[in-house]
Amino acid sequence: MGRYVIRRLLQMIPVFIGSTFLIFFMVYALGDPVAALFGDKAPDPATAARIRKDLHLDQPLWKQYLLYMGAIFQGDFGTAFNGQKVTELMAAAFPVTLRLTLVAIVIEVIIGITLGVISGLRRGRPLDTGLLVLTLVVISVPTFVSGYLLQFLLGVKWGWVRPSVSSDARLDELILPGIVLALVSLAYVTRLSRTSIAENVRADYVRTAIAKGLPRHRVITRHLLRNSLIPVVTFIGADIGSLMGGAIVTERIFNIHGVGYQLYQGILRNNAPTVVGFVTILVIVFLVANLLVDLLYAVLDPRIRYA
Amino acid sequence: MRGATHAKWAAGAAAVALVATACGGGAGSGGADGILSSSWGDPQNPIEPANTNEVQGGKVLDMIFRGLKRYDPKTGEAKDMVAERIETTDSRNFTITLKPGWTFSNGEPVTAKSFTDAWNYGAHVGNKQANAPFFSDIVGYDDVHPASGNPRAKTMRGLVVKNDRTFTVALKDTFSSWPETLGYQAFVPLPRVFFTDHDAWLNKPIGNGPYTVESYAKGSGMKLRRWDGYKGDDKAKNGGVDLTVYTDNNTAYTDLMAGNLDLVDDVPAQQLKNVRNDLGDRYVNQPALIIQTLVFPMYRPEWSKPGMEKVRRGLSMAINRKEITQQIFQRTRTPTKDWTSPALGRDGGYEDMCGDACAYNPAQAKKLIQEGGGLPGGKLTLTSNVDTGSHRAWMDAVCNSVNNALGRGAVCTVNPVGTFADFRNQQTAFRLTGPFRSGWQADYPLIQNFLEPLYYTGGSSNYGKFSDKRFDALVDKANRETDRAAAVKDFQAAERILAAQMPAIPLWYQNGSAGWSDRLSDVTLNQFSVPVYDQIKVS
Repeated sequence: MGRYVIRRLLQMIPVFIGSTFLIFFMVYALGDPVAALFGDKAPDPATAARIRKDLHLDQPLWKQYLLYMGAIFQGDFGTAFNGQKVTELMAAAFPVTLRLTLVAIVIEVIIGITLGVISGLRRGRPLDTGLLVLTLVVISVPTFVSGYLLQFLLGVKWGWVRPSVSSDARLDELILPGIVLALVSLAYVTRLSRTSIAENVRADYVRTAIAKGLPRHRVITRHLLRNSLIPVVTFIGADIGSLMGGAIVTERIFNIHGVGYQLYQGILRNNAPTVVGFVTILVIVFLVANLLVDLLYAVLDPRIRYA
Repeated sequence: MRGATHAKWAAGAAAVALVATACGGGAGSGGADGILSSSWGDPQNPIEPANTNEVQGGKVLDMIFRGLKRYDPKTGEAKDMVAERIETTDSRNFTITLKPGWTFSNGEPVTAKSFTDAWNYGAHVGNKQANAPFFSDIVGYDDVHPASGNPRAKTMRGLVVKNDRTFTVALKDTFSSWPETLGYQAFVPLPRVFFTDHDAWLNKPIGNGPYTVESYAKGSGMKLRRWDGYKGDDKAKNGGVDLTVYTDNNTAYTDLMAGNLDLVDDVPAQQLKNVRNDLGDRYVNQPALIIQTLVFPMYRPEWSKPGMEKVRRGLSMAINRKEITQQIFQRTRTPTKDWTSPALGRDGGYEDMCGDACAYNPAQAKKLIQEGGGLPGGKLTLTSNVDTGSHRAWMDAVCNSVNNALGRGAVCTVNPVGTFADFRNQQTAFRLTGPFRSGWQADYPLIQNFLEPLYYTGGSSNYGKFSDKRFDALVDKANRETDRAAAVKDFQAAERILAAQMPAIPLWYQNGSAGWSDRLSDVTLNQFSVPVYDQIKVS
């Protein structure tokens, strides 16, 4: 187990270097960020030259990348154009997004798996069919539609919640955005766990468990669910990564100043240090989440062993 | 979820009650201490006067700073603010005298040195201030801001402090309307602490305006409060302004609808159809100092050879401005009649200068283009960045309009450029071969600012490389005039040359818009489309 983890961690290094270089390259290919700083006006050449020099933009790309990576390993992620350190932006944005992701994942896991189990145990009955149709509808509605719709209904029309999230982004404010963010994944979790449960419910070990007189809830939670969760866990693990970085739409709709918003602003303003810095952290999040998922397999299914 | 929201409602109600009692108990005058909340966007650059060139940072500077002059929010006239008088005999050497008694909110007096230090800071190339070129008229600018290499001086020779209240400015050339440019935010004074503890100042800016910064959370919001020690006569009529950064102007509008926000100064395009229903007369939509044009690449012989002026005028007539501004922009753009902006007002030089050439007339357009020898190569390609501002949509509409007028099939096509930065690179390298979009937001409400940088030979934003001796001569003459009205007349004469030559097709003026809650009254926008916060009353 220990050796397996170390091997996986070592494998992360080339993935990390390769992906950051690709991102670095793509952001710089977008165009000259200094020209965009001056709006509709012609940039003053002397000032622009100074800014370029300070940001090392006058150096060849490979050298810029080395300088950037060198600074990162000293904990310096550079400065955004508005004068804030990128690490400051991260310190403000990541906790917010983390809370939002947490809310979304909790909703996803509790509601998604519960619905999946209910549906899987009643395969082919009206309840199962109804849930299948419902999840299909949820999957086909884009996030910006469900987001604006729920925001308008709950926030403006009925006035139950504030339509926008304050800069503190407390957990209770994040429930509605969390639901919107979780909706599509929730539908997938429901479908995945339904299929898995429906398959395993006819397995020999379930019949044995029932035959030896175990109570029904024990059969379901200890035997059936534990064996059916592997595909679901894989999905949720990947989902944590994408929720951390891909909440741009939801964060914009609900005025959440998280990772998605900072990335959006960074791309809009052609601000390489912000974009590359945030994506670098996201790459690490993805890698670690994947590793955790693989380790969880072994916990769920003792037959799987890592060496 | 129910439980949680109920708890929040209770908390919200308690907070409202607390605020209400605090208001009532404070001054007893109710509305005068009311605090309004307003939408904000994260400023692109740090909030420094000489480094802020967009409205979001400009909004704050307008609240916490007052310069020598200030543009009257209604008429746009540059009125003395901190300046007592600005005197000159030759329109080149100016003596500026300050009013006595002005201070910064930290108690430091506003002196002549507060101005010269601030201007020298803004001009110095080492400080990388985006607005440095605003000081380029002053003698000695080239020493602190050389085109290349290291600066040869720390300060500009043209600025001389005579005493605490007087300083002189020497310009490189005669520029009669120079004092009127001093209302721009780059020219405000700065307190000592700006230079001695720059980071602290950036975290909590200190100025001499009607508001002070109570707290500033970068990226999320700023709380501004009325400063009772303010010396000017435009004291704030409310207790303060809370600026909140919104990720999306749609969300800000939703918050206004839900009653969580008092003022939105950029109503999103998607909501324009509903805005009359939602807000009634609590909505304003008026032309700002922004004009969009299609500039011809006059550096290409096929576009600048004699006779092509007919083709350029004809193309202008082939564009149905009225329909495009209504259908695509929902009347948030106003069809153009000249190369300036209605926000200048008649006295400022706005007048119908374009005449027939800006009126939609497809038959005449076709005739003129044929007389002029037709489109170069029989094709027309419009170029713009398409990442913002519905640029793709209106370019398609302009092309359709031209194609319909000419009746020769799809001769006009659109060349969309993905990002603004890329478009800007192609534009400044003079690589574009057909007409391209050019947006211009004036820095100060002066007709000079709409003409000289854009069409004067070698002008700083003359991307089409238009050059006309008579035009240049008229601009020079206007800059020598000591009388404002005479200068405006000369600029208008220069504008007539644009109408005849059509180096750029004026398309539409961009409007500024704002919507507000029923708590507010007296909401107006200034020429820069920024709400005049100090005049707003809160009930």
